Amino acid sequence: MSGLRAEVRLRRDGLALDVTLDVPDGGVLAVLGPNGSGKSTLLDCLAGLLRPDDASIYIGSRSVAELPPPDRRVGLLRQDPLLFPHLSVLDNVAFGPRSRGSDTRQARDVARRWLAEIGVAEFADRRPARLSGGQAQRAALARALATDPALLLLDEPLAALDVDAAPAMRAALRTVLRQQRAVRVAVVVTHDPLDAISLADDVLVLAEGHVVERGPTRAVLAAPRTGFTARIAGLNLVAGEATADGLRVDGHALTGVLADDAVAGDPAVAVFPPRAVSVFPADDEPHGSPRNTASATIAALEPHGAVVRLRTRDDRPGWTSGIAADLTAAAVADLGIDVDSEVLLSVKAAAVDIHPALRRSPAP
Amino acid sequence: MTAPARSVASGVPRVLWIPAALALALVTLPIAGLLLRTDFARLPALLTSDASLNAVRLSLLTAGLSTVLCVLLGVPLAVVLARSTLPFVRVVRAVVLLPLVLPPVVGGFALLFSLGRRGFLGYVLDVTAGVQVPFTTAAVVIAQTFVAMPFLVISVEGALRAMGDDYERVAATLGARPATVFSRVTCPLLLPALASGVVLSFARALGEFGATITFAGSLEGVTRTLPLEVYAQADADVDSAVALSLLLIVIAIVVIVAARPRAIEGARA
Repeated sequence: MSGLRAEVRLRRDGLALDVTLDVPDGGVLAVLGPNGSGKSTLLDCLAGLLRPDDASIYIGSRSVAELPPPDRRVGLLRQDPLLFPHLSVLDNVAFGPRSRGSDTRQARDVARRWLAEIGVAEFADRRPARLSGGQAQRAALARALATDPALLLLDEPLAALDVDAAPAMRAALRTVLRQQRAVRVAVVVTHDPLDAISLADDVLVLAEGHVVERGPTRAVLAAPRTGFTARIAGLNLVAGEATADGLRVDGHALTGVLADDAVAGDPAVAVFPPRAVSVFPADDEPHGSPRNTASATIAALEPHGAVVRLRTRDDRPGWTSGIAADLTAAAVADLGIDVDSEVLLSVKAAAVDIHPALRRSPAP
Repeated sequence: MTAPARSVASGVPRVLWIPAALALALVTLPIAGLLLRTDFARLPALLTSDASLNAVRLSLLTAGLSTVLCVLLGVPLAVVLARSTLPFVRVVRAVVLLPLVLPPVVGGFALLFSLGRRGFLGYVLDVTAGVQVPFTTAAVVIAQTFVAMPFLVISVEGALRAMGDDYERVAATLGARPATVFSRVTCPLLLPALASGVVLSFARALGEFGATITFAGSLEGVTRTLPLEVYAQADADVDSAVALSLLLIVIAIVVIVAARPRAIEGARA
């Protein structure tokens, strides 16, 4: 048996955490949940920084639940990089290997390799105080990886970064998580569905210490079954392959705006809000950008706050399969649509963001 | 927008200037009085008399030793107080800070009745090892450590609490054992607070009077430190007492300049 298998139970400060999780070898699990749902507590238990009331934690075939943090081989990266301020960046990264018995020279060699890998080699001799937030966070990632952890825990690794710094860090994380040799298993806590899409294979949604949803990232986020997941992920997510000007879905094209780090030919996800989708009668002339107009069959109509949310059937190819569109009750009446009606859906290309998605080959 | 410095100054209510000036006068005028009374012509001779040199030598020796003791004992105590989650730690902290608010003369009595010949510890020491602590240089060091240690403990414990244990937890996940975490992470991060704690406790030890005279007496060359020498000369040779006072003021100013502003901030934290 390999990967990560954990059962953690902990009762503390009004939080009753009871989580079972199973991540296959080479897998990345995203943990989503509102504040106070126990996400960080769960990571602390996995890292050994908190002692749960009852736990069984296996990394590969090793039982680590009774081991102190130094013996677990678990890397932890928090929102705050927490680089030791009295050490240079190089010695920060060399700290782990040195603590595990390497001599100074070997440890620094390892550190230089990892700094280069993460793309921050030029800052090796700087003090952490002289790094920007994004640079520091990438150095902290190199530090966590330099100990060759069997399990990498990422606790909101992008949350403290500003908009300019986040893409470089996200790219660094994706590089690292794609390399099976670098990290066997990773768990990433995040509140941003985009991070879950671009970094994780599976998601687990926590609420009040309990797992309320779990499954493949896109399946969970595209069809949320709980209020929380719907609120954070009330977005249309369409998987496909990035093209120069959008996404190819089952041979059909969807035009959109490519994120900086999206590469044509790579797996990608189109993200757009339900209110950006316009609905027309099936016999209407094409509207707006003709490439982003396609037909669909209505599967459900449900009230959603002040609007009506329409869901389409997911049985036909193309981007209109299994998505949501919001329209007013008056519009629904004007269109005279109901379940099983054929409609034309249209979305403005400017409202469609194309983000790279993670595709990892399953472990051999 | 006008010059910001002026707008800030005008923000202070005028009525505060009067008590503020009085407070400043209260601190500076006595120093000025001492300076006016000083016989600068005889100053070198007064400061290099045998009694003065003995007092200076003894003061530097005892204050230095007690500062070392404060570090060796106070840093571990601060770590335990800051990091332990045991329920009685809060009580222990209150006890440790006792010498800070206790009149030093009371501290001296407490030492006398525990380490003195009739005290329970002193009796045991006397009977088993033939050691008598009171009225020795060792007694001076113990009295100074007693009054000075809280300064170091407060300074270091405050820094530990402010620092949190995030760095230490990260170090543990990187594979560092507790001893390695302490020596390679906790201690280096504590250095600024430790430095200010050292300066403050050295200054406190150097100025110690009440506990010393009660517990160690005033024997020239053995227990008569600078403050005790000043007190002894106040009747016999006022010029000498003034000269030594001036020396203590100079040392105090050096301490403030050396430790500023961190020691002051550290003591407040």
